[in-house]
Amino acid sequence: MASHPEKETTTNILQGLEPAVEIASLFHQYGKIEALADISIRLPKGKIVGIIGPDGVGKSTLFALIAGAKKIQTGVIFVLGQDMADAGQRREVLPKIAFMPQGLGKNLYSELSVFENLDFFGRLFGQAKAERRARIDLLVNSTGLAPFVDRPAGKLSGGMKQKLGLCCALIHDPDLLILDEPTTGVDPLSRRQFWALIDRLRKSRPEMSVLVSTAYMDEAEAFDHLIAIVDGSILAQGSSDEIKASTHSETLEQAYTALLPDSTEEQQPDVRVPPFDHKQREIVIKAEGLTKKFGNFTAVDSVDFEIRRGEIFGFLGPNGCGKTTTMRMLTALLEPTEGKSWLLGAPAKAGAIEMRKRVGFMSQAFSLYTELTVRQNLVLHGRLFNLFEDQIHQRIQTLVDQFGLSEYQNENAEKLPLGVRQRLSLAVAIIHEPEILILDEPTSGVDPAARDDFWRQLIDLSRNSNVTIFVSTHFMNEAERCDRLSFMDAGKVLATDSPEALKSLVGAQTLEDAFIAFLSKTRSDVEIGDVSFQKSTDGETSAAVASIRNFVSLKRLLAVAHRESLELLRDPIRTTVAFLGTAILMIIFGYGITFDVENLRYAALDHDQSPESRTYLEGFSGSRYFTEQPSPRSAAELDEDLKSGDIALALEIPPGFGKALIAGTKPEISAHVDGAMPVRANTILGYVQAEHISYLQDMARRLHGESPSLMAADIGERYRYNQAFKSIYAIAPAIIAILLIFIPAILMTVGVVRERELGTITNFYVTPTSKIDFLFGKQLPYIGISMINFVILVLLAIFLFKVPLKGDFFGLTLCALTYVTATTGIGLFVSTLTRSQLAAIIGTAVLTMTPTLHFSGLISPVSSLEGTSRMIGDIWPTTYFLKSSVGAFTKGLGFAELMPFLGAIAVFLPVVMLPTYLLMQKQDR
Amino acid sequence: MHPLKNILLLGIKELRSVMHDRVLVLFVIYAFTLAIYSGATGISGDVHNASVGIVDEDQSILSDRIINAFQPPEFDDPVQISAREIDRAMDDATYGFVLVIPSGFEADILAGRKPEMQLNIDATLVIQARTGASYIQNIISDELNRFETGSDEEQSLPMRLKTRFAFNPNANSVWFTGMTLLIEMITILSLALTGAALIREREHGTIEHLLVLPVTPFEIALAKVWANGLVIWIVSFLSLLLVIRYILNIPIAGSIGLFMTGTALYLFFGCALGVFLGTIARTMPQFALMTILIVLPMNLLSGALTPIESQPDWLQVATLALPTRHFVEFSQAILFRGAGLDIVWPNFLAVFVIGIAFLSYSIARFRKAIAA
Repeated sequence: MASHPEKETTTNILQGLEPAVEIASLFHQYGKIEALADISIRLPKGKIVGIIGPDGVGKSTLFALIAGAKKIQTGVIFVLGQDMADAGQRREVLPKIAFMPQGLGKNLYSELSVFENLDFFGRLFGQAKAERRARIDLLVNSTGLAPFVDRPAGKLSGGMKQKLGLCCALIHDPDLLILDEPTTGVDPLSRRQFWALIDRLRKSRPEMSVLVSTAYMDEAEAFDHLIAIVDGSILAQGSSDEIKASTHSETLEQAYTALLPDSTEEQQPDVRVPPFDHKQREIVIKAEGLTKKFGNFTAVDSVDFEIRRGEIFGFLGPNGCGKTTTMRMLTALLEPTEGKSWLLGAPAKAGAIEMRKRVGFMSQAFSLYTELTVRQNLVLHGRLFNLFEDQIHQRIQTLVDQFGLSEYQNENAEKLPLGVRQRLSLAVAIIHEPEILILDEPTSGVDPAARDDFWRQLIDLSRNSNVTIFVSTHFMNEAERCDRLSFMDAGKVLATDSPEALKSLVGAQTLEDAFIAFLSKTRSDVEIGDVSFQKSTDGETSAAVASIRNFVSLKRLLAVAHRESLELLRDPIRTTVAFLGTAILMIIFGYGITFDVENLRYAALDHDQSPESRTYLEGFSGSRYFTEQPSPRSAAELDEDLKSGDIALALEIPPGFGKALIAGTKPEISAHVDGAMPVRANTILGYVQAEHISYLQDMARRLHGESPSLMAADIGERYRYNQAFKSIYAIAPAIIAILLIFIPAILMTVGVVRERELGTITNFYVTPTSKIDFLFGKQLPYIGISMINFVILVLLAIFLFKVPLKGDFFGLTLCALTYVTATTGIGLFVSTLTRSQLAAIIGTAVLTMTPTLHFSGLISPVSSLEGTSRMIGDIWPTTYFLKSSVGAFTKGLGFAELMPFLGAIAVFLPVVMLPTYLLMQKQDR
Repeated sequence: MHPLKNILLLGIKELRSVMHDRVLVLFVIYAFTLAIYSGATGISGDVHNASVGIVDEDQSILSDRIINAFQPPEFDDPVQISAREIDRAMDDATYGFVLVIPSGFEADILAGRKPEMQLNIDATLVIQARTGASYIQNIISDELNRFETGSDEEQSLPMRLKTRFAFNPNANSVWFTGMTLLIEMITILSLALTGAALIREREHGTIEHLLVLPVTPFEIALAKVWANGLVIWIVSFLSLLLVIRYILNIPIAGSIGLFMTGTALYLFFGCALGVFLGTIARTMPQFALMTILIVLPMNLLSGALTPIESQPDWLQVATLALPTRHFVEFSQAILFRGAGLDIVWPNFLAVFVIGIAFLSYSIARFRKAIAA
């Protein structure tokens, strides 16, 4: 009913314009929570449309659905005339869309340089080398990123990250640009530059449509069209003037607050800060020449400030200017390189537990336990601060009421909207009623209404409870509310004074202008470059566009592989472990695993002590297989030795053995073998029997002068392949098989799940990259690493362990290639099942360890297994690679003889790759 | 100030986190139930269903008897092959053993000419080769004996050797493998669970948050150790009772209480090592790689898979520093041989001391490692 008139307006404004996006009756749910409820919109081409609304899941979900990153549950979305529910049509349209997800540099690869990031996106869209270079040059020049092309994306400041993200989105000349809160957490200067870029971009490409969400109302003011989404439904839409008019507000900020459902009853007052008289108060926070260096980089450069009790002191500066580092030094998380700081008159140092009870800290990122409920988080902190139980409950009641958390009390923190999370963080930070509150960008990404609420709490704490507040922010209206303010840039404090004084110092109208004026004194890059965006010539792109629509593209596959290899090579620990690790393990195992049982400890209890019994026992003490332990005095002691594991064999010779032997009354010797380890037990038994028989033969020779015939026939035993029967000949090739499964599988799984956890997987969702491109592209580098490992291992086997490779190396190499394709495939498979890296690692370890060590014939042949184990063993690739490795090394098998194993390993490929392909989602759910 | 209380509180939080990750809980349960069950029942260290090929050039009653003497469960029904096929069949590992009965074998036996049979053994089957060969020897000698004497009477030898397997009378490998797998799982999971929990807190910034609270690194680390250790301890206790004792029917010779005490000590070490690795690794993939590099040698060199006696002397000394070795030693001693505390206390002590060493080192560099 309420949405009806708005629909009318939509048609009026947008009539006659061809739609870029058309949405009808769109619903989306996460479990019970409704993120979007009955959304229907038509967005025109060539316009910039802004979505505003409180934090929650609605806006980002809507964008992800439009960009094709998420699967549509109910409803219809047409983008540029294509149905987003249809995989084929989506493939058509994806090359024309660019999506920048929420979060600083969320879709960037932090290990890769600016150039490599851009180059990767260019490759994904099938651009040739020359074209990529030209486009990248153009983009970095026009965004001012040109001097930083070689810097890793992770080391860029927040503003630069967003610029790079934008460049990556623009590399393929999209017709629809979707930006989810692109300026959240970005400093005012970078924000200004970002929008200047977008403006210029739209001028040079007027046909491009832009869809953007923002928490800054001053930004929203400039958009062609605004849509306000609250609780998953459209509340209002129109131009900013229309929205202001409909709510009778002067500013969009007021209009926004008025639009919110709860504001209809009582109009929230403007945030007012009662004056603060700081002359009378004592100094509670003090920094003197505070400096922090990370290597050559000076993050904080001799910073001084003094903050008095009850004061609200603000830090304003670009991302990466040293605000966070300063706060971390104050809270003793970091040790300053030089300088000193004091809290409440005492120097800040790590061990000061008592001090921590008087300080509250809220870090930039949400750092409470997302798996605990709101209440559990509060109770935990109350107890850690050692409050009394009834005190805790009282305090929680107060805080929950004060911060409007009561309806969320039993929800897990991970499900909370961002604004609520921030309120919870603040509640936790003040649960122990600290005297000092240190807040690092507490309102980043929080919508305006929630921010105002938050500040009301802060002001109340400062003015009514005398809490000293030290806060950093990117919002000018928040900075205005501080009693005093420091402008910071590049680790230095540029100026410190009250907001009014700072403005008048440089004669600026607004605080933002004052800030930029101060910054331009020391910086040269305040104004961005003047190169305009041009669309590259059409001839070049059309060929590229045609090829990127292909379902599988070698170019894209190689692009993914190239990027993955770069990332791998950038991580020194991953590379060294991947290469050296296998070599080290091979050496340890080669020496460690052997089934040549020698030096077995045994003890003999000789009740007889006759020449015969001594001769009998001499056979054992002289054998290289046995090592004699001191004789026990009694049978009980012998048992005890066996029990403690001191001996593995207990021999007992009965009294009167010698006499009985001579008399021919067949005395009996008893041999107790420790049966705990069956393999060893059987081996020992074999040795004992052999020793026994050799004594009998000796005896017969002594008595009759000839060896008796114990059997009617001789059995000529021929130990093939390994006459010396040294286990290293079988073990070295086996180790190669083991090592080529664990490390490749785990590296692979983590490689994929990591993208999912860090968010770069979005690039797979929203670009034309097909599942095959992605899977094989990611797999290739790991296959490469594994093959290098294979060569290292073969060389170690031959030269360190002296196991000659008698068979065909080329055939074995082919088997190894198939094998590592299968083992990395196992990694891919596990990665489709798990969302967290932790579960991925444990899952891969548990799922591969048992079949490999126990079911693949390493210890006992597969043929001796039964049931499920047998079935797994029959299909598990290690079974056959083990055979081919042992075959090639020890049995001297040639190329043709190795091929059946290759076939058997290859059978596993579809077994693992097919489910992986089916389980892998091209869209998020 | 109130270290015990904080350790308790943080530990309870840790338990809630573990329970929250359903996939993780499922993997843990799988590891301690199905993985152990299927492993123990499926794997056999002794000769079992061994594949035998026979080249029968004699085609006599005796050769037929010998062929029929190969019976399950030790041997699969033997397959007759031709002499030409021997090399091929052994190369591709179809048969681990090929017995050649020459022509005129029966006649030679009857004439007392002592004919020679040939037994080809695939020596790359390190474990089965020797035992299997001696089984085959025994089968043939029994058959020949029966053929000659017409009875099952043993050949008369001047003395007898009575052999007996202590603690595991049938050298049943289910017992051994079941225990080995339990030990393996305890090692992997204690380390991975604790270390990964620390890394996750680090990646989410919650550990840093803890460091500004009135909580010491000692309390944080110890809370992780007891909580994750307790989870594994409970699961392994249930696994021991249900899977090992009840389902697999493995008799436990010694005191379960003593074994679980030892397990608790071992878990203390495993979780302490997890914390240690968690302070060293910076990202999950790094942690994963380190875990493999450490868990594999710990398991393989522990004496659980291959006897310690087989290791070179220097390695036998070196592995004394491996708590896994002590764990395997005291587990086998208690569970199979019924050993008491008087026998296993040195192992207990070693495990505990090594655990303390890792934990103290981690705590000492905790703040530096986390904040950097």
